[in-house]
Parts: sequence; C-alpha cells; structure tokens
Amino acid sequence: MSTPLRAGTENCASPEKGEISSEMEKQADELVTRYPVSKRSAVLPLLHLWQETFGYIGPRGVEWIAKRLSLQEIQVLELVTFYPWFRQRPYGKFHFRVCRTLPCALGGAGKTFAALQKLMNLKADGHEGAMVSEDGRFSLEYSECLASCGTAPVILRNDEFYEKVDEKKASELVAGCK
Amino acid sequence: MNPWNHDVAKDEKDLIDVQVDGVWMQMPRGLNVVEVAHRSKKFIPHYCYHPKLSVVGNCRMCLFEMGTPKMGPDRKPILGPDGKPEIAWMPRPQIGCATGVTPGMGIRTDSALVKDCRNGVMEFLLINHPLDCTICDQAGECKLQEYSVEYGTGESRFVENKVKKPKNVDLGERIVLDDERCILCSRCIRFSSEVGKEDVLGFVNRGSHSTLTAYPGKRFDHPYSLNTVDICPVGALTSKDFRFQMRVWFLKESKSLCTSCGTGCNITVGSREGKVHRLTPRENEAVNSQWMCDFGRLNFHYLDSKDRLTRPLLQAAGQQFPGTWADAIQRAAEGLKKVKPEEMAVVASARLTNEELFVLKRLLAELGVTRVDGVQNLGQADSFLRSGDGNPNSRGAELLGLSSGGRKFSGWGEEIVSGKIRGLFVLGGENVIPAGISASALAKLEVLIVSGILQNETTRAAHVVLPAAASAEKTGSMVNVHGRLQRMTRAVAGPGEAREDWMILRDLREACTGGNSLHSVEDVWKAMSMEVPAFTGMSWAKIGDLGVQLESSAQAVPSITS
Repeated sequence: MSTPLRAGTENCASPEKGEISSEMEKQADELVTRYPVSKRSAVLPLLHLWQETFGYIGPRGVEWIAKRLSLQEIQVLELVTFYPWFRQRPYGKFHFRVCRTLPCALGGAGKTFAALQKLMNLKADGHEGAMVSEDGRFSLEYSECLASCGTAPVILRNDEFYEKVDEKKASELVAGCK
Repeated sequence: MNPWNHDVAKDEKDLIDVQVDGVWMQMPRGLNVVEVAHRSKKFIPHYCYHPKLSVVGNCRMCLFEMGTPKMGPDRKPILGPDGKPEIAWMPRPQIGCATGVTPGMGIRTDSALVKDCRNGVMEFLLINHPLDCTICDQAGECKLQEYSVEYGTGESRFVENKVKKPKNVDLGERIVLDDERCILCSRCIRFSSEVGKEDVLGFVNRGSHSTLTAYPGKRFDHPYSLNTVDICPVGALTSKDFRFQMRVWFLKESKSLCTSCGTGCNITVGSREGKVHRLTPRENEAVNSQWMCDFGRLNFHYLDSKDRLTRPLLQAAGQQFPGTWADAIQRAAEGLKKVKPEEMAVVASARLTNEELFVLKRLLAELGVTRVDGVQNLGQADSFLRSGDGNPNSRGAELLGLSSGGRKFSGWGEEIVSGKIRGLFVLGGENVIPAGISASALAKLEVLIVSGILQNETTRAAHVVLPAAASAEKTGSMVNVHGRLQRMTRAVAGPGEAREDWMILRDLREACTGGNSLHSVEDVWKAMSMEVPAFTGMSWAKIGDLGVQLESSAQAVPSITS
C-alpha cells in the first residue's frame, strides 16, 4: 500500500473546491496504473482514496474521478450509492458502527445502539446511512457482521474495534472521545 | 455494425442438432436460447434481453430447463432408440438470453420447473409495482401486464409496504419517468450507452431501493432518446408527446416511411379516427434497425396544423377564394396550356412519391415541358440515422429523370425576371421563395399553380392552389439515399378536400391531354416498370414491407456499417 495521505485540508482547501494537492494527484495516477486493461476498474480505489482524504464523496469527488477515468459521472455515482461504505455527506469526527447481525442482535446490540444514540444526542434526520450530531462530533450507524460473534455485541469507533460493548462500556467509549 | 445482433447467428450455415420441447431440430451453433425458441415457434418471455443490446441477464424471466447429452464411458454421447443423444437434464434452470446452444442441447420452455420459475419471477417483479394500469400509458402494450396474465398467478402474497420511489420525473425534454413502474431491466441505460454512445442514465442505490436516474443536473436529451420509450417493457419511460393522448389498443397501425429526411426509416403510424397520434420505428435491418430519431418521430403534428390547405383555392382579382376541385383542375389545365411549353417550369419536389412523379413525367412529356427540377432541402445529418438530404425521395426523382437536385432550379429566378419563364407549376408544397425565387419574381408570373400541404408564401401567391395529402395520408413508394425502394401506405385520409398528388396529377393530365390510362397505384407501377430502367421487373407487390435494394448503396448506412 502507498503511504497514507496527510489530513484532508492539506490536500485541498475543501472537499468541494480548491486545488487538489499534487501528492493526491500522484497517488491517484499510481492507482490507475494498477489496472492496465480497463481504467474503469480504478473507480473503487479512487473512491476509497477520496473518502479517506476528505471523509466523504460529494459531487466534486464524483466528477473528479469520472474525469480522471474518462467516465460519465453517473457511472461513478452508481457505485457511490451502491456501497454503504461510501458516504455522500460528512460524518462525525468519531464515527461509531454497531454490528447488528444476528449474534450481536441477540447479544444486545439494540440496547448499545440506543445508549450511544442518547449519549450523542442524535435524532434520525431522514438521511440514508448514519445519524450525525449537529456539532459534527459524533455519528452513528448500524453495520453488518464485524466478525467477532463470540464477543457480541461489538462496535467500531472509527478504525478501533471494541468487544462486549454494553451500555456502561458505551458511555465510557463516548466519554473517551477527545 | 451493431455488435449485439443476437438474433443473427455468427454463421447461419453452421447448424447443430438441438432439442426444443421434445422435438429435434437444426439451429445455428451459439445462437442464444431465446432466439432458438423464437425460431422454433416457441416463446421464452423476457424483459431485459433485447436482440440489439448487450446481454445483462438481470430480469431472470427467460429461465428455461437445460439438458446436455449423456456421455458414455467412451466420452461419446449415449444414443437413444431414435438415434439421437439421450439428454441429462440439469436440476436448476438457466437464463436463455445468455446461453448459446451447443450440439445435443435439450431445451424445455414449458416444463413444470420453468412455469414455476416464471411465476416466482413475476411475483417478485410485481412486489413494488404500483399496479396503476388504469392510468398508465403502457397498458395494452405492457410486457408486465401481458406476462402477468400469461405466466403469473393473478394475486400477490405480499402484505408489507411497497417501496416508494420518485414519480413524474422530468428526465429530459421529451421523456418522463415513473420510477415505481420501473422493473430495472436496464434496457434504456444500455441503449443510451451502446446505441446513443452517451451515458446519462444509471441505477443508484441498491436492492429494492435501486432507482433509475440521470446524473443530478444532467438531462436525457439525446436526439434518439424516444427509442428508450419503445424498448421500455413497462410504463416507466413515457413520451411527453404521446402520454395521456390515446389508449394504444385504439390505434390503427399502418406501415409507412418517415419522410423527414433521405434515410426513409421504416415506421408504423398509429392513428385513430383520422388523427395520427404517434410514429414508431418499424424494424428494417437494411435501413434503421429498430430505431428512429426523435425529430422524425415527432414531425407529424403539422398534419393537424391550422395552416393546412383543405380546399382548392382560385385567385380572382388578386384574392384567393375557395373553389371546387373541378374548377381548380380546369383552371390549372388552362394555365398549363396558356404559356408555351418552353416558357413553363415545373418544381418536381423530391417529397413526392415515385408514382406521383411518374404521372407528372407523363403529363410533362405530353405537354412538351422540359424545364423541370427539384429543390434542394438540406437536412441535419448526424452520425447515426439522419441524412444530410432533407428530401425523402431525391433518388427516386433522379431515377425518374425529373430532378438534378436543384442545379437547374437555381437559375429560374433570373429566367422569370428576364421573361424566359412565364409559368411555374410547384409541387410537393415546396416554398420556392426561401429556395431562391424572389416574391417579386413570383408576382411577375402569368401562371402560378401550386400543390401543397401547408399555407406558405408561395401558396399565397398562387393563381391555383391544389390541397395535397401529406406523407401519412398517402400510398406510394420512395427511394432512399441508400438506393432502397420502399413503400408507404396511407394511415389517414387528408383533411377536408385534400387529395393525394397522384390523383391530382391524374385528373390534371386527363383535363390537359385526355390521357387516362393510370387509374391506380398498380397501373402506375405497370407503366413505370416498363419505362423507367431502374424499376424494370419491379411491381408494387414485389417491394414488400421491407423494400428492395435497387442499386448498390449510394451512401454508407451508418447504422449498419459503423
């Protein structure tokens, strides 16, 4: 894997405007070279690159990738909307994913989720995907199996993995967000 | 060349034995099972499969039961008592659209398994469907409706809530989308990508939330966009021009030609009670495949224009008054004889049919008039079907020796001013003023006879106006820019007293010269096939619905060659 890019704002003033850093351009070019048969195959890696850099994929991301790969925007948007991993709007600084596949559901994932929602003061806002707090600090969504059924319920806080998260542990995790 | 001609085998002569519903027959190797069934007079229902588009296999409606020859220990097929291979049937169904036939293949199109599969697919497709057939334009030609009757159960076990999706979406200038009716076959997406060469449409979201859409801010305004309405198997894509106008089962369908350019796309005219409601492409692989441009498709509203000429008009004291056909023909005949033949000029429009032009040719020969030409009408050529020639029958007029494509015509304005031309007979509703004859020159003419469809500056200046039928209102033949002789049949009668030009010319000829041997289109053809070398041996019946190639293609056919 290539080295991770620096924080989003250093690559571009904002995800929706400003010049993209040459470093990001270089990384995108490198990703495209991995698919010599069909450039189109580089859509997913570029979508990941954009989301890792800016946190979400808005219209500009779609258009930037489409142009780079000589695709129509709709061909990129199809993928963005197909995979729940891709976000079309910014999520919170601390993004929580609560597994809700059967073992976790039986292990009390619903209670954990409700506790987190209350702690973060989140309301369903009608959007697809995660709920996001007004200050942009927290976001919360269910996910499918995180592959640790023996320690249900499990959650992800950003890229950190936590097991047996009951209501008490949930409040500790929220309190630990600095 | 369309890379997806699935209805044509790679090699039609490479035949193999296949069994369809118990009957052994010979079919081209590799032809897909939907087409094999079709050729065996069977039918495998399908939604997403279209012979002119890529295969995606997403609707699952064409499931069939498949078998392969049983193999013996010697790796040779075990033969049954009839000498044909015994077939081992697979427990799971296959999709017909993406399965090419191989030697000894068994196909069952109506077994219990197949029926069960279709039933299941239908039930799934209808889960989120709004079932609003009563207000849906597609009703009557809807595959969902037809297959429900044929292969469905008639009732649903679904008790949950249907997924809500966007309705009345303004997809483009000519198209409205109802996403709840969409069954996600993707034919429209493939058409715009593969035939239209422009990806505007796509599916966003997934599962039961999948939604057909254009990219936000982009419009589906492709010049061939309305073909997607034809190939949409349900009522999701509808034509703004046609929707809510007429129930399709009331439409009378007449085989005709599009006359908006020189390509001569084959069309079906849908009409009811004398009114044309829509034009749709009619398949002809030598001309337009299954497509036509939006411009040609919508270019029929002039038929009901308030500017239509519906009665003969005669000029008296500088004003035009309605008159009878008898008077109009007599006045026109007098006019044609009033000036010397060498002082007469005739615009033999390349919008007329061969038959009309032939009767005109006879008339002019008898009168001794030789100054005759067509008028150039430039069209807007594109890289697909539209031709740069705006006249539908330029080749016909040339083959009949009546047109040089407007070269002679270009000098007539001056000849009128100088007094060399004193009489002008304009046919086919050509407006000669924009074509190069000034209004003051027209005013100088002693005789101006015009047959036309819509009022224009030329008809208003005429001494005699003969109201003529438009293309959907007449029967005749034309030769397209590729040298293909094709015929059109009348869908509706002309408005008021408007008549087909060949009848006008027949009567005019009778009044002028007494010649009266041409009384029907068949009569005209008999005479024409003897006199016009290009039409030797041809007859009205021989042209058929798909036309006949007269000469090797004068121009390349982009839809076929590229």
